[in-house]
Amino acid sequence: MTTPAIELKGISKAFGPVQANKDINIRVMPGTIHGIIGENGAGKSTLMSILYGFYKADAGEIFINGNKTEIPDSQHAIAAGIGMVFQHFKLVENFTVLENIVLGAEDGPMLTSSLRKARAQLKQLAEDYGLNVDPDAIIENIGVGQQQRVEILKALYRKAEILILDEPTGVLTPAEADQLFRILERLKDEGKTVILITHKLREIMEITDEVSVMRRGTMVGHVATAKTSPAELAEMMVGRKVLLEVDKAPAKPGRTILEVKNLSVTDKWGVKRLKEVSLTIRAGEILGIAGVAGNGQSELLEVLGGYQKATGEVILNGEAIDLTGLHSDGQTRRSRGIAHVPEDRQAEGLIMNFTAWENMVLGYHNDPKYQKNALFMDNAAIRKDTEEKMARFDVRPPLPELTAKSFSGGNQQKIVVAREIERNPDLLLVGQPTRGVDIGAIEFIHKQIVALRDAGKAILLVSVELDEIMSLSDRIAVMFDGRIMGERDPEKTSVQELGLLMAGISGEAA
Amino acid sequence: MEKMPKWADVILIPAISILLAAIISGLVLLATGKDPLNALAIMFDGAVGSSRAWGYTLYYATNFIFTGLAVAVAFHARMFNIGGEGQALLGGVGVAVACLYIPWPHWTLALLGAIVLSGIFGAFWAAIPAFLQAKRGSHIVITTIMFNFIAYSLINHLLVNVMKPAGVMEPATASFPEAAHLPNFHDILGLVGIDFAMDAPANIAFFVALLACWFLWALIWRTRIGYQIRQFGESESAARYAGVSPTKIIMISMILSGMFAGMMSINNVMGEAERLVLNSAEGAGFIGIAVALMGRNHPVGIVLAAILFGFLYQGGTQLSIQAQIPKEMVVVIQSLVILFTGALDHMVRSPVERIFLALRRKEA
Repeated sequence: MTTPAIELKGISKAFGPVQANKDINIRVMPGTIHGIIGENGAGKSTLMSILYGFYKADAGEIFINGNKTEIPDSQHAIAAGIGMVFQHFKLVENFTVLENIVLGAEDGPMLTSSLRKARAQLKQLAEDYGLNVDPDAIIENIGVGQQQRVEILKALYRKAEILILDEPTGVLTPAEADQLFRILERLKDEGKTVILITHKLREIMEITDEVSVMRRGTMVGHVATAKTSPAELAEMMVGRKVLLEVDKAPAKPGRTILEVKNLSVTDKWGVKRLKEVSLTIRAGEILGIAGVAGNGQSELLEVLGGYQKATGEVILNGEAIDLTGLHSDGQTRRSRGIAHVPEDRQAEGLIMNFTAWENMVLGYHNDPKYQKNALFMDNAAIRKDTEEKMARFDVRPPLPELTAKSFSGGNQQKIVVAREIERNPDLLLVGQPTRGVDIGAIEFIHKQIVALRDAGKAILLVSVELDEIMSLSDRIAVMFDGRIMGERDPEKTSVQELGLLMAGISGEAA
Repeated sequence: MEKMPKWADVILIPAISILLAAIISGLVLLATGKDPLNALAIMFDGAVGSSRAWGYTLYYATNFIFTGLAVAVAFHARMFNIGGEGQALLGGVGVAVACLYIPWPHWTLALLGAIVLSGIFGAFWAAIPAFLQAKRGSHIVITTIMFNFIAYSLINHLLVNVMKPAGVMEPATASFPEAAHLPNFHDILGLVGIDFAMDAPANIAFFVALLACWFLWALIWRTRIGYQIRQFGESESAARYAGVSPTKIIMISMILSGMFAGMMSINNVMGEAERLVLNSAEGAGFIGIAVALMGRNHPVGIVLAAILFGFLYQGGTQLSIQAQIPKEMVVVIQSLVILFTGALDHMVRSPVERIFLALRRKEA
């Protein structure tokens, strides 16, 4: 039997009272692609950070190619042949590709010789693995897919034999993700070992040879990918059977609720973020906005939510909305019947140091039912109201006095969703409703959104998860570079077609 | 999950910090050939040993409560108001205007008038940097520091050229009329039969300060505007999402802050000096920063911290008088307390947190 490229034995790591990794064992065979799957907070990233020397394990041993190895910092990890591609790239934006690759691995004080040597090696690596990048391009001028290649090249340049990728497809279009997978396969064919951390079942099934499943800091099991199914993996991740498909009846669209005409946003640097966007949403339907993050979806939500100035026209229930003047704020939007589950619950949707009950009135502090008299707020009423909402939305633990940061991602999101849906809005804006949320909570949140639709409300859904868009939406609009590239019927379109639109190639040309 | 119980955060950590500061101060005194225990005894006797001593300690504490509240209310909106000193000086002008130019029939009305005018003058002085921050993005720390200097110069000009009575050499206003004199602790406590030293400066402003504490508490934790201030302070992005206007919150919190700082002068200018002199605030505006920091921006904490600093101020003065310890040494001791309770807070905090975590894990 061959020696594993990496073997971890009994790894444990606690952060304060939280046990992030508990007695983890894993063997990764050389020349394979090994998936590690688990919900957010399952401990995948912690485990890999230990392997890369960012954290020191409380207990356990690391074996690289059969040799027991101490990895106190990332320098030792690199020396042991481990390379890591982080979810958020660690590149210097205004350096060239070549300079980024050499950074930290220079031969001596003079840069020229290092750069010359790197240029030659880069050419070689590009040929060997199909990793074509212009070495003289500035990082901020190339796309995210290219930037990711630079990260991979950085690792290979440092002689990595084992490559760890942390959620690598989060920022990619489906086509870019496909290209990445081809590269990973090339790497595997050349004998490299790849560890792929992800929470997307589809990726695991598509590319890995073996998969390890983590749940709440423990390793639940290891299976050969060929011998398992998405349903089985999902069950292992969550610990119970899950419904992977959203159960919903066909939409019965009614009158027009929202009409957006020629909406444009220019940011403070003069860059146009939204370009003449027009769309309509009727009562009882979900309009899904697909697109790679950063193509104007956030700006669209912010404009409708009332904290981004814009030009154009927005008509809600037949009445125009003030986009720039005195009534263009979030308070007015709420009073007009718009509720908003923002994309980033930690920065916008919640205040992490506030208690659950204080968060339950975020944006609604002027509501008369929360006032005791003209001067004071009625904190007791807010607590009671929070308790009821927590019960209806199954927020665990159901304690209004806990601070938002003490809830898990899924329960934090449930607090936000409860606050917004319980307003019974005419229009619900939803951004990334299930980002960083565990599968069980995803199921619940999707059900709530569909229920609101069935109650005859209009819903604008923005998500970078194509699966989510495909399964929830009644109509899909694809955004690219601040424009709507086209609208599709989810029943009649495919991931491939949407992927092309997401990359800016319009349907007619494709 | 909280890392440690609340009592440890509020009581234990400041106590350890003060103890450490006291030990280092003792070592410094030892090194200069003084007896630290004797020094401690003098400080206690001088600051809390008699009703006269208390009268001084509480007088200083009153100043620090006002300036501490000023820093705290701004800090709840994450505005760092370094300008308490200048705002307090301007508040002094407000008090002087109220007392000199309006013939009050009784001190109660004079007090109300002085509260209003000192608050308005202080608020005005804070509103300019706040406006510059909200509209122009000028950093509030920089502008409030600069406004301290402008305040010094302005008061200098006012006292020398405008408010000084004719024929007097000293840059100060005339003494306030009898009707504007505030009752001190001797007068107040005498009503309930307690004999309090006559010559101690603590006066009714102390009770106004306590009322101001309640006002801050109710404002921050019970009203909509307080809720919005805390929202903005905790997370500007969440406040934007919630539809809270940053300009409004910056202006309101700084105006309240300047108002508290300005109201300090009903204690030192109206209650004690009974006229306006140069540099009437005597650095209390800066001590307010340490008081708010140590009091965790909570009124109760601010009162306790202000009394501690009042103790240090008064005890320190006695120390320099009675033990021939140079005044600079007293400043060293006061600075050590500020250093340990403020800047080095984390040094004490993280070991204590670790101890509590270890204890908890053992229980689990």
